[in-house]
Amino acid sequence: MSHGKNFSRRDFIKISSIFLAGSAAMTTATGHAFSGADDKVGDEGSRVVYSFCEHCFWRCGIAAHVRDGKVYKITGSEHHPLSQGKLCPRGTGGTGLLYDPDRLAHPLIRETKGGRQFYRKASWDEAISLVAEKLWNIKEENGPGALAMLNHGYGVSFFKNMLSQIGVNKIAKPSYDLCCGPARQASVLTYGYPSDTPEGFDIKNSKYMMFFGTHFGENMHNTAVQEISDGIRNGAKIVVFDPRFSTLAGKAEHWLPIRPGTDIAMMQGLMHVLITENLYDKSFVEAHTVGFAELRDSVMEMTPEKAAEITEIPADAIRTIAREYAYHAPAAFVHSGRRTNWYGDALQRIRAIHILNALVGNFWMPGGVVAFKKFPLVQPPAAHEHPAYEKEAYSKYPFFPQDEPSNTITSHEIIEDTIAGKIKGLLIYGVNLPETMTLGRDKAIEAMKKAEFVVAVDVLPAEVTGYADVVLPECTYLERYDDLDNGRAFRTPFVALRQPAVPPMYDSRPGNEIAKMITEKWGIHGAFPPSVEKGLDRKLRLVGSSLEEIKKKGVLVMPETDLYRKPGEPLNLKTPSGKVELASAQLKAAGFDAVPKYAPQPEAPAGFYRMLTGRKPMLTFGRTANNRFLGDLATAKENEVWVSDRIAEKHSLQNGEYVRLKNQNGVVSEFPVKVKVTQRIRTDAVYMVHGFGHSSAKLTWAYKRGASHNQLISRTDIDPAMGGVGFQNNFVTFIKEAQA
Amino acid sequence: MSNKKNYGMVIDTRVCVACSACVYACKQENNVPEGYCRDWVVQETGGEYPKLTMENRSERCQHCDNAPCVTYCPTRASHYAEDGTVQINRSICTGCKACLAACPYDARFVNPEGFADKCSLCQHRIKQGLETACVSICPTGSLNLVDFNNIDQKTKQLLSGKVVYRQKEHAGTEPNLRWISASNKPGA
Repeated sequence: MSHGKNFSRRDFIKISSIFLAGSAAMTTATGHAFSGADDKVGDEGSRVVYSFCEHCFWRCGIAAHVRDGKVYKITGSEHHPLSQGKLCPRGTGGTGLLYDPDRLAHPLIRETKGGRQFYRKASWDEAISLVAEKLWNIKEENGPGALAMLNHGYGVSFFKNMLSQIGVNKIAKPSYDLCCGPARQASVLTYGYPSDTPEGFDIKNSKYMMFFGTHFGENMHNTAVQEISDGIRNGAKIVVFDPRFSTLAGKAEHWLPIRPGTDIAMMQGLMHVLITENLYDKSFVEAHTVGFAELRDSVMEMTPEKAAEITEIPADAIRTIAREYAYHAPAAFVHSGRRTNWYGDALQRIRAIHILNALVGNFWMPGGVVAFKKFPLVQPPAAHEHPAYEKEAYSKYPFFPQDEPSNTITSHEIIEDTIAGKIKGLLIYGVNLPETMTLGRDKAIEAMKKAEFVVAVDVLPAEVTGYADVVLPECTYLERYDDLDNGRAFRTPFVALRQPAVPPMYDSRPGNEIAKMITEKWGIHGAFPPSVEKGLDRKLRLVGSSLEEIKKKGVLVMPETDLYRKPGEPLNLKTPSGKVELASAQLKAAGFDAVPKYAPQPEAPAGFYRMLTGRKPMLTFGRTANNRFLGDLATAKENEVWVSDRIAEKHSLQNGEYVRLKNQNGVVSEFPVKVKVTQRIRTDAVYMVHGFGHSSAKLTWAYKRGASHNQLISRTDIDPAMGGVGFQNNFVTFIKEAQA
Repeated sequence: MSNKKNYGMVIDTRVCVACSACVYACKQENNVPEGYCRDWVVQETGGEYPKLTMENRSERCQHCDNAPCVTYCPTRASHYAEDGTVQINRSICTGCKACLAACPYDARFVNPEGFADKCSLCQHRIKQGLETACVSICPTGSLNLVDFNNIDQKTKQLLSGKVVYRQKEHAGTEPNLRWISASNKPGA
């Protein structure tokens, strides 16, 4: 088989609506009809099922309220430490996913007849047999390295177990590369342990919180938003560096509209003031850190005046903030944020954040940096000895983690290797690859077209399903068990249960069954417990509980742990020096800067503006794009491009008019997008929420709403140390609708 | 202590992020039809770049003590309930929209089934000793259900020393939503 440049064995197929759930005439209205004066409200005759959310990675505890076999309401679980009875809009929106009329209802198999490709409805046995056979054959002919999985979502553990049975361990999470990955590795290099979710900051006890770019409030990370609110009530000051006046900036004592791409210069400028004005915590730095001299020398030239020139924030403001920060320390921190990778320098950028924290001695102090603990779940003895491959990492990037068997390579390496023909089979679990920030839409599609075999496991007919050979419809998180969740670290360590509130609808199945069916087709038995319930019960019995017990509240919670260090005690960190590493000998040995150093980013071409992105509080990109319940509000229906009033005037743009966007490579947005003329953004950047502009007509709600941010990514910047991807060196200009 | 209740809300705009969780929770709790909502969020920005200000508000029926909707309702469908809230008796509402025109807060809409509809302050939940759906879900704790005839200690503390206002007081409606202004400095 040829893998020549123009070879494409797979065309995009629009899934016929007869295979979707819509024929069942569902609506998202979850309750009962009104009948005049009898407004049947309240929770009479209902039961509550405690589980955890799947609408974002935070995984809050939810209470699903069920009546007459239907989930009519989702509220925050009062038992779960991350929600404490509260919930963000997306969490309530589970009903919109569960009752989405566009849901995949049957397994689908790609067919070619008379040169035309189409999907036909298949039985589970037929679809599973085909997947098992294709994956097996690729493995036999090319070795397990020719198979890879891209994943997003908590049901993936079963597929990981399935693939490990045939020696496949090339597993990537796009979200890792652009979001948590750089923060994790920066923490490992500086503190000797990985960062977690929620991030290790003692928000509710802090007096002074600094944020770079991250926009809590629009990022509805429930627990963090709760604690920031506590902080505001308790008098904490907030400082926000952001080119855009975000919702969080609206709460800030100081909003600094920093020039995009210059954060590291600002951080170096702040370090300069802390060090030259002797505001840093000398005793902490002496006792618990290494590399201070190297750090000091590296920031000497970054005077506030120099930083002001680069960042376009006045030198006086830089001095004021550094002084206030030191004044409030140790109950002060700089937050490492989320979706950290903007310019491919996030590892160093987050390192600079950790160094700013360490300099003021807030490490493991009230209101500063803390290390939350996880619930110590005992892993049951493995059915087989873990072979050596499970300890391998495939990434070529030296600071990609080497110790995470569920995350062994970057997603862009999988895409590149698939295009190059080295990877021939792809399992795509819950990732809408064409609209996911990896290497842009075109490369993602090219990879799927080049692959010999693609199987997509999904709930909705997202764009990715149109490129698969087999589409396996998974039921939603409200219809299934998944693995126990002890992956979240918090003040009170906990383990949470995902359990079905209602049985699977249509012909959809839970991931745990799908993975088991495929594994058994390979003739491998005993890799999975006899039932998912038995497996969960077994794990829980090892910690003295049971499935029956955890089902009641959906969570087991430990007492609060002590988060703070004691005077005189050594930290015994797992860095090579055992201390906080201001300068990293590990980075230096690998040929990278031992301390973070500002490097300029490319400028926008004339008439173009840097494209910044973020989210709306009620949406999580692909997870919620087609959610009619969440999309019902006017503010949720489409994305807008935020344009400074001065730039709007220059381009004769009116508030509310529709334009197409064109990027620096000439890519024009498939759909027009509404202009929001605002004072809330700098003149050198525009902003648009990611996850809109869907091109799959089968996503009947999301189709053609707004413009796709992902489509306009033509350039990516890869972190040479940890392999993460940045994509903010893309620039757009406006094409008026009449000219488009 | 008064035995008579007068429910309303104290809304702390310092912490509200306009996430709309209150709106979705209300829609589920009260089975509000698609395309409609009983509460809504406003994000208001003022000032000139780069000196900008922001206030986020979760708005709804203000359960006025002197409610124009009640005054102008020709059928007495809109009425004061014993707990101080303003309620609508659907069986006698004709959907004439007089109340929609009278309400200075634009808090009402006509339900597709033909009656005037608005926030009930989750009367069915208050009766059971529960908070309203919006108060229960709010991640920031911006929303506080308060009996203004018996203001508790926590609410007194919350209000103390802060700029607190009511909307359109000049209309004489005596609204029962009180707003802690976002202009209050942290820890005020």
